[in-house]
Amino acid sequence: MFTADKYEVIVIGAGHAGIEAALAAARLGCKTLLTTLSLENLAMMPCNPSIGGSAKGHLVREVDALGGEMGIIADETCIQFRTLNTGKGFAVQALRAQADKKIYQAAMKKVCENTPNLDLKQLLIENILVEENKIVGVTCETGETFLSDAVILASGTYLSGRIIIGESIFDGGPNGQRAATKLSNALKNLGVQLMRFKTGTPARVDARTLDFSKMEIQRGDEGMQNFSFMTDAPANNQICCYLTYTNERTHEILRKNLHRAPMANGIIEGVGPRYCPSIESKIIRFPDKERHQLFLEPEGLNTNEYYVQGMSTSMPADVQIEFLHTIPGLENAKIMRHGYAIEYDCIDPLQLKPTLEFKNIAGFFSAGQSNGSSGYEEAAAQGIIAGINAAALVKKFEPLILKRSESYIGVLIDDLVTKGTAEPYRMMTSRAEYRLLLRQDNADLRLTPYAIKIGLASNERIKKFETKLAEINSATKFLTETKITPSAEINQKLSAAGIGEIKTSMQLAELMRRPNVTYEKLSAIFDLPKISSFAATQVEISLFYEGYIKKQSELAEKLDKLENKIIPENIDYHAMQNLRVEAREKLSEIRPRSIGQASRISGVSPADISVLIVWLETFK
Amino acid sequence: MKTEDTISAIATAIGTAGIGVIRMSGENSIDIAEKIFDKDLKSARDRSVIFGHVKNSGGEIIDEAIILIMRAPHSYTKENVVEIQCHGGAEVLRQVLSATFEAGARPAERGEFTKRAFLNGRLDLTQAQAVLDIIQAKTSTALSVAQNQLSGKTSKKIRAIRTEILDVLAHIEALIDFPEDDIDEIFISDIDKKIAAQIDEIKIFLDNQKSGRILREGLETAIIGKPNVGKSSLLNFLAETERAIVTDIPGTTRDSIEEFVNIGGVPLKIIDTAGIRNSDNPVEKIGIERARDCASRAELILALFDGSRKLSAEDFEILKIIEGRNAIILLTKADLPQIIDVTKFENFIPISVKKNLGVEKFLAAISEKVGNVNAEMNFVRDEREADLLRRAVKNLEEARATLQKNIGIDFISIDLRAALELLSELTGESVTEDVINEIFSKFCIGK
Repeated sequence: MFTADKYEVIVIGAGHAGIEAALAAARLGCKTLLTTLSLENLAMMPCNPSIGGSAKGHLVREVDALGGEMGIIADETCIQFRTLNTGKGFAVQALRAQADKKIYQAAMKKVCENTPNLDLKQLLIENILVEENKIVGVTCETGETFLSDAVILASGTYLSGRIIIGESIFDGGPNGQRAATKLSNALKNLGVQLMRFKTGTPARVDARTLDFSKMEIQRGDEGMQNFSFMTDAPANNQICCYLTYTNERTHEILRKNLHRAPMANGIIEGVGPRYCPSIESKIIRFPDKERHQLFLEPEGLNTNEYYVQGMSTSMPADVQIEFLHTIPGLENAKIMRHGYAIEYDCIDPLQLKPTLEFKNIAGFFSAGQSNGSSGYEEAAAQGIIAGINAAALVKKFEPLILKRSESYIGVLIDDLVTKGTAEPYRMMTSRAEYRLLLRQDNADLRLTPYAIKIGLASNERIKKFETKLAEINSATKFLTETKITPSAEINQKLSAAGIGEIKTSMQLAELMRRPNVTYEKLSAIFDLPKISSFAATQVEISLFYEGYIKKQSELAEKLDKLENKIIPENIDYHAMQNLRVEAREKLSEIRPRSIGQASRISGVSPADISVLIVWLETFK
Repeated sequence: MKTEDTISAIATAIGTAGIGVIRMSGENSIDIAEKIFDKDLKSARDRSVIFGHVKNSGGEIIDEAIILIMRAPHSYTKENVVEIQCHGGAEVLRQVLSATFEAGARPAERGEFTKRAFLNGRLDLTQAQAVLDIIQAKTSTALSVAQNQLSGKTSKKIRAIRTEILDVLAHIEALIDFPEDDIDEIFISDIDKKIAAQIDEIKIFLDNQKSGRILREGLETAIIGKPNVGKSSLLNFLAETERAIVTDIPGTTRDSIEEFVNIGGVPLKIIDTAGIRNSDNPVEKIGIERARDCASRAELILALFDGSRKLSAEDFEILKIIEGRNAIILLTKADLPQIIDVTKFENFIPISVKKNLGVEKFLAAISEKVGNVNAEMNFVRDEREADLLRRAVKNLEEARATLQKNIGIDFISIDLRAALELLSELTGESVTEDVINEIFSKFCIGK
């Protein structure tokens, strides 16, 4: 055995999870190695060329608030920005950006290559070394061994990856990459439970063969549209997307060829996601729908490849081209890459602690798609937490476990490690109980204090954050302490600003609660503290929606009480005869950290929770 | 909470039937039963029935009995359960019970069997409460109501309400989580109509709540009147003509006795029957104080006046007591010549229980006072459930108020979700999972 080097943290895989993990660990002072089987493909986006969206945009903001990289690089390199859900409520507004894949990758690689304490190496990891249930290191295809205190698995969809395009099936990772087959076996040998998932991606077509005049154009939104709290530049909109629809002829071709769809004929064994069905499953599941929408999205500025969002498929190549040609604007489309389905191994996340460390192997962490999640943003979110907690283990500080009531990241990880997942897990706002509190506009207020405490916030970020906080406080103080009384002069000014007159004296804060009253409008009349537009937004939201926010905060506090009832780690559930057998087994398997987590385990009834509470009360 | 405890209690109402049942539950219940029984029980098959004799600690036979053995987990509590059926006399039951204590069982606390069933996962919260109601069911009508709920008739209705709200919520959530997908818009006026309809449905439950409580707990009824007016004859008539279940319940304010009588399916809980029986003794002091006390606790007052005599000072006191109260005035001894001055009464029913005069009218008057009490009705069973429903209504009303503000569908979802959570507490379902499943089953979503 050739021991090449010794690290404090080794990260397997340089996708969106691996990068955030490695950057966090290195920035926290750990000697870190980031391995990838191709240095060309760091931060690759093998599926859609976009970042963000409902709940996913929230995750990017949270990663950013914790000192992560995804938001900064996305702001720097994305080529169209839009805010979704405007008008549905500020808490669900979400930023979505079209990425230039290659420029994003290059920018991310540059950051990684220039981060102190971080080494990048092109290596195929084949084995995980464990001694006495503790991580020791990894060995590579090329024979070297790297020793390490902590190892983070971030292997995406590469584990025993299998590509399916109709009858054509071969081993491989996404986008023409190699698969990591031996690593799957190594995990099995360590006793890690694996699941088989599937996902898919649509074809890429040549821009020169598309007739955009037959499609609806979709432009970006102007103004400040940023993922990162550190970015001050307005949105850089350089491209458009295009909308078109399938039709009855498309569906007919698909129906005629269903027997050749691997999903229908049993070739695919893995479980696919419901929110991302292939076009063939859409026509099976919703036969009455006359058309399905398709978005044509450029993969970048320097390529003719267009991504056909909405037609993910694993149909054979001849069917793919036949049905694409039925679609307005795609009549002459040439496919540059076929759509494909990919099957892959991932770990059952129930084996993980909320820190993302394996319960049975100390120092071994897992993050991203290898945990059964889906999406770049979900991966990045887990990555930064795994990186922080690996560093916490090495440097011996408190691990970071975010609560459901304070972050989507908390919801994501708690769902994965508590309920597990039967399909690739996608973040949705409806998974969060208290989404009014988990807004993208206040991600920094929620999470940057953690980044500061842990040491992941740059000095610049700390300064910016503290300034914003001070602005919010001074403005709120001013508004609640300033009382105005009705007078001809004031009412005239109010009317001029488009604000209704006042009849009784009131606080300025009270006036802010009226619809259409903004901080800016009031600043024109009263001598309000000068604050940034971001701070002003916070002040407006917290006053205008105070009642709703308060209601959710109170509920969240109630939930947190159960989260704070910690269950001793050595508890023996099998001795608790009042628990039903199923609950005993589930609790023994998952070993929840708190009563709150226990209450979310499927198969654990409220009665079991009463028993647990009584037990804790009686025997603590 | 310790499972090694075996609990024991009399499971049937004392003094009602020919057979009484002692029930034990706990790991050692079969061993304990064997100690006080003259047959082998340990090797008895599960759910078998054994005939024999119960003995006390001195070895003397107390009674003939049939023993039923239900081994864990195939029992009500999921523990080993033994039921001893013996002759129903109160004294015999007490002796058998005390024999089980001597052999190692301990007295069950109130509701402890159900609590164990609940803690052992045998019942969900709704079922456990329904079982409690069965135990407490006072009349046959009330019993059928309890069974009705156990079979899930009410749950079914609540589930239907929940489904309607879930529909709206899932639509809103789909629009929020998949803003770029091709999902039909949702119209504020449609949401408002749907929510309003569900509020009405829930309110029916709440309106029925009083009837449900009466069926379960009995209507607190006072029989008052001066000595010798016929209170105890009326009580005896009520208790004897209808096959009443009579139980001893210690009074709340003194050592009086309450009895249940069933009038056309409406259970009346007659307050202070001991007082009634004593007060008709002519040598007893005038019971005005007693009348006042009983009336103050009652929801229905049966005020008795002697039709064959003139109104006395006591009668005027009684009239004062019932002023503004829910009362039925009965002029007793209607079989005798009537000399009472009826102009003092607005409504009255001449009655003679001896000659069966005015009885029909009297029963009809009770039904009218109580309102429609019908075992087929949907209603919640206790304050906990009513409270959940009231809070759900409040959330739904707040959702409607938010709709009017037009500040975004997200804000409506908050109160809809809160209402769903409350209804789910009644049905034991999970909101988040259901919403997500609903989104995927209803809407075609995906890239």
